Amino acid sequence: MSLATDGADLTRSVPAPVGVPAVEPSLAEVRDYIALMKPRVMSLVVFTALVGMLVAPDRLHPVLGFAALLCIAVGAGAAGALNMWWDADIDAVMARTARRPIPSGRVGEGEALAFGLTLAVGSVAVLGLVAGWLAAFLLAFTIVFYAVVYSMWLKRATSQNIVIGGAAGAVPPMIGWAAATGSLAVEPVLLFLIIFFWTPPHFWALSLWRSGDYARAGIPMLPVVSGVAETKRQILLHACVLAPIGVSPWLVGLAGPLYGVVATVAGVQILALAVRLKRATDAAATDRLAKRLFGFSLTYLFALFAVLLIDHWVDPWVTAGLDALARWSVS
Amino acid sequence: MSGRPLRHDDGIVLTDEQKRRRRARSVAIAVVLAVLVVLFYAITIVKLGPGVLSRPL
Repeated sequence: MSLATDGADLTRSVPAPVGVPAVEPSLAEVRDYIALMKPRVMSLVVFTALVGMLVAPDRLHPVLGFAALLCIAVGAGAAGALNMWWDADIDAVMARTARRPIPSGRVGEGEALAFGLTLAVGSVAVLGLVAGWLAAFLLAFTIVFYAVVYSMWLKRATSQNIVIGGAAGAVPPMIGWAAATGSLAVEPVLLFLIIFFWTPPHFWALSLWRSGDYARAGIPMLPVVSGVAETKRQILLHACVLAPIGVSPWLVGLAGPLYGVVATVAGVQILALAVRLKRATDAAATDRLAKRLFGFSLTYLFALFAVLLIDHWVDPWVTAGLDALARWSVS
Repeated sequence: MSGRPLRHDDGIVLTDEQKRRRRARSVAIAVVLAVLVVLFYAITIVKLGPGVLSRPL
């Protein structure tokens, strides 16, 4: 006889007998711990932090740059794990999240909490030693803001949860910049603002066709609290702010004309989608356009940051080529 | 579970699947630790340079 003698149902909870400590063999696979770190969110965090790091005027040694990015990735993973630990109850009732490691029973809540805290402390400490304490402070702020301010408070308290909580996901370019330079400037703040104003339209578009899920879980997402029409209006308002802010790195000289053209075209496209969504009259068209806007918003953010990076590398070559051409034509 | 109370000396006997998962987790931890050793070594050399070898003790 043992506490776990058959493997037929690995998610079965076995009650501890009287007098025996409640020790359960862990059912977790390695991929469950990877899932706890929300790898898709982490990839966006790493990408935007990398861009912030590479467009900064100073350079980190490649080994230190890699270590700093690893710390930022692990810090983002820690925030994700702590979020899943806190939200296990609502994840269990939402179709999109019910198969996550904690609600499915493969990872215990205590395991997830310990995992998240360990990663958080380790990533912040190592980033501080590798790339300076400003970057480490920003990473710590991001983790605390996401896990405590957003997950524990805003998410269940207000329909503006995504708006304010979006600040956590917007900080990584500033961390990358701070890691490279040891300071902050206007440019990384603009990158922060792009992600900050991108977040609400992105998640509200998702929540438009997932509002039933959020309502069941008692999450006051905007479509649940204020209705579909108000959500569409708010998406359009935020898109109106996002489009010009998306162009601003070109206006302040952080990026060249290539970025300016791409940001302008993409901004017009996201505005057009928001207008079409606002005008959609029936539920089917609303769902269809919300999914399109959600998908395009991902492309929009990726395109802006990718082109910013390309532009940063290509622009000096273009400038040098034009200078050489000018000198040749004069001589 | 049967109604028979378990004694302390019954212990916990893992199924083959649980052993496989534990082994996978152990291997993952070993890999992560090895990566950290290499990373911290490289960071130390980069941060301190060759001088790390000639410090007064």
